[in-house]
Amino acid sequence: MKPSMTVRLQREPFDAAAEADKLTSRRTDVGAVVSFTGICRGSEEGEPIAALTLEHYPGMAEAEIERHVVEACERWPIFGVTVIHRYGRIAPGEPIVLVITTSSHRLAAFAAAEFLMDFLKTRAPFWKQVETKRAKNWVDAKASDDAAVERWRERDDAAE
Amino acid sequence: MKVRYFAWVRERIGKPEEEIAVPADVSTVAELIKWLSSRGEEYAYAFENPGVIRAAIDRVHVKPKTTLTGASEIAFFPPMTGG
Repeated sequence: MKPSMTVRLQREPFDAAAEADKLTSRRTDVGAVVSFTGICRGSEEGEPIAALTLEHYPGMAEAEIERHVVEACERWPIFGVTVIHRYGRIAPGEPIVLVITTSSHRLAAFAAAEFLMDFLKTRAPFWKQVETKRAKNWVDAKASDDAAVERWRERDDAAE
Repeated sequence: MKVRYFAWVRERIGKPEEEIAVPADVSTVAELIKWLSSRGEEYAYAFENPGVIRAAIDRVHVKPKTTLTGASEIAFFPPMTGG
């Protein structure tokens, strides 16, 4: 059976538990569900923040996430994937991004979820702006995020 | 060709998108960045460090040496910070 793949971009918050239920209800083949939620922190490098604003490239953001969801389903035996990414203004404590993967066993579900998050961070066209009392600043890309993506490609090279 | 700008590239140039007629001698992404930089100080500022600028043609990531042939939309933006 083909995996079920859902990719959604939206302004409003999401319900992670309800999304996980959609992938697991009325079936008994799922043995593992991994759910990752990224949340807006209340401070950045010690300074309190008022909000994050996420800008995105409509059309490309969906397409880029879908390409990686398809790749994840080719790499691992996955039953279902749901990715939800918010845009617009997000307050501290609110969710930003959701990745859920289901499989018969945990290894595939963990690996696929981690793979998707690593690529979301560096390849999906979203840009975070941090709003503090003093200023609005674009977040700099992190070298550690690039390194996280590089790991997957190095594994591919080693396998060749 | 439609050109779109995002995040601080958009802010520095002062507009989200525009239609441009690409000169015949501009054939790659890197050459287009160089040509755009010559159009005014806001462009020069946005592209002052071309090494950090990312590009997508028709909504797919491309490299500086990628040719513009057949492109209907190109976007320029900083490294991505989603997730």
